[in-house]
Amino acid sequence: MSSTGLSHGSNTVPAPVVAARAALADADEKVAIRNVDFYYGDNRALKSISVSLYARRVTAFIGPSGCGKSTLLRILNRIYDLYPNQRAEGEVLLDGNNILDAKQDLNLLRARVGMVFQKPTPFPMSIYENIAFGIRLYEPLPKSEMDGRVEQALKRAALWNEVKDKLSANGLSLSGGQQQRLCIARTVAVQPEVILLDEPCSALDPISTAKIEELIDELKTEYTIAIVTHNMQQAARVSDYTAFMYLGELVEFDTTSKMFTSPVDPRTQDYITGRFG
Amino acid sequence: MVDLALRDAPAAVSSPPDRLRLLGRLRLIDGSFRTITFAAAVSVLVILGGVIVALIEGALPALQAFGLDFLTTSRWNPVTEKFGALAPIYGTLVTSLIAMTIAVPFGILIAMFLTELCPMWLRRPIGIAIELLAGIPSIIYGIWGLFVFAPFLQHTLQPALIDLFGPVPILSTLFAGPPYGIGVLTAGLILAIMVLPFVTSISRDVFEAVPPVLKEAAYGLGCTTWEVFRHVVIPFARVGVTGGVMLGLGRALGETMAVTFVIGNAHRISGSLLAPGTTISATIANEFTEALGDLYTSSLVALGLILFVITFVVLAIARYMLMRIERKIG
Repeated sequence: MSSTGLSHGSNTVPAPVVAARAALADADEKVAIRNVDFYYGDNRALKSISVSLYARRVTAFIGPSGCGKSTLLRILNRIYDLYPNQRAEGEVLLDGNNILDAKQDLNLLRARVGMVFQKPTPFPMSIYENIAFGIRLYEPLPKSEMDGRVEQALKRAALWNEVKDKLSANGLSLSGGQQQRLCIARTVAVQPEVILLDEPCSALDPISTAKIEELIDELKTEYTIAIVTHNMQQAARVSDYTAFMYLGELVEFDTTSKMFTSPVDPRTQDYITGRFG
Repeated sequence: MVDLALRDAPAAVSSPPDRLRLLGRLRLIDGSFRTITFAAAVSVLVILGGVIVALIEGALPALQAFGLDFLTTSRWNPVTEKFGALAPIYGTLVTSLIAMTIAVPFGILIAMFLTELCPMWLRRPIGIAIELLAGIPSIIYGIWGLFVFAPFLQHTLQPALIDLFGPVPILSTLFAGPPYGIGVLTAGLILAIMVLPFVTSISRDVFEAVPPVLKEAAYGLGCTTWEVFRHVVIPFARVGVTGGVMLGLGRALGETMAVTFVIGNAHRISGSLLAPGTTISATIANEFTEALGDLYTSSLVALGLILFVITFVVLAIARYMLMRIERKIG
């Protein structure tokens, strides 16, 4: 998988990606982003980004506000498609298929690529229904089976023990941290292949943050995860790979350990050590 | 900044009397300003109270003469001075019911289209058209209804309904002929057109108040537009939309001019929606000038009181519901 990915666009893949890939030859390339440009109207927010997400690994995207991290994430499930004046150019290959293709079925894509947002977004329904709702979109399960799936999803999101006695309570009645784990449970319940986390902890207290970080560690045994974060320590703790973006460009991409110990680009060095951003 | 403060400080100390006099004057202005605004606000309450008192006082002779019979009988005979409000009450409720049955689904569908599906360039024209619809004076709906809409219905929709439902047991009574053109159904349809902008614009505002990230989350799970509406937008907006519906209902209940033109003004309760009827406001508007005798006049005022109570309750419920959704969003 990785070798075909390598040959696919070897003449366009920038040096840092090649370098990272050499070091990571053991991982499968799940998502390959190739020369992607993104426009808000006429404003070019991403400039020829090429980067990869590897299966069962966590990739962190770091960089100062407005550098395009979230924008990049929003391309991967094409949520930007909701807005008429936003568009992406280039190629994003999910298991080798270009999801930017106009013929791509968006509902199926979003079933494969789940997303958790910065602010918790429980739906205005019960805790149980918040989970069952997503499952029901794809599989109409009988009640008993559905109960099992809901429980399993809540357990995966480390929320089961806190909510098992009040499954019929409104999702909005939970605390912020619980709501965010409910949203993760909801995303996991649909059994996606890739999970996108857009600053999932920025609205949470340190304890909830720690819980979600543990959860990410756990989830990566099954899923491909991309996380946008402003928190350097968090990126260092949870990710296997780190991509540093600046002003809409990908500056550097490598294993997290390499990025945080011996980055190649001086801008990466400056950002990680807190000299700007 | 520091320089400035130092330079200003001696000046301020040297002229305290000026400043004091100025402050005194400002306080006076402030005080009278407060009194004037307070008086303006209180006058609303006074007027509202005055209307209620006047209505009750005016209605008292009729209510004393007929008691509860006023609400439960439908005879309306100015010659023998026997009055019962059931026919206008029935007409008011039925025309409003027809109006809401049509306007609510239409209004919500239009609001859905405008918020989620409409291409950008079409959004403003449709939105403005709907607001203009709300701005048309009701007298225009009235003459249009009488001269254009009623004859049109008489030749198209009404015969079709009579033929269609003729063999069906209950519906055959509901749509029994002959097609007059004017009648309860026509009034209800006109009201539906008049209420539509209220329902649409409030529904649209409430739909637009749903946080985008919530919709994104639903789309992000792979929902279709319909599923997002069905499971996320509508549950979130339900209370607000109900408030909008109630505001529209308040308008439908009280609408006078357009209804008076097309309802036929007959004091009777007919099983057929095609038959002429009357509403509370239409009765008052039609008969006030010819109401001779205290009891006749008082009966008309009592009708007004009933309408006041009905619309007051409806609007109170609407306000309460809108308040609840505002709290939910805020």
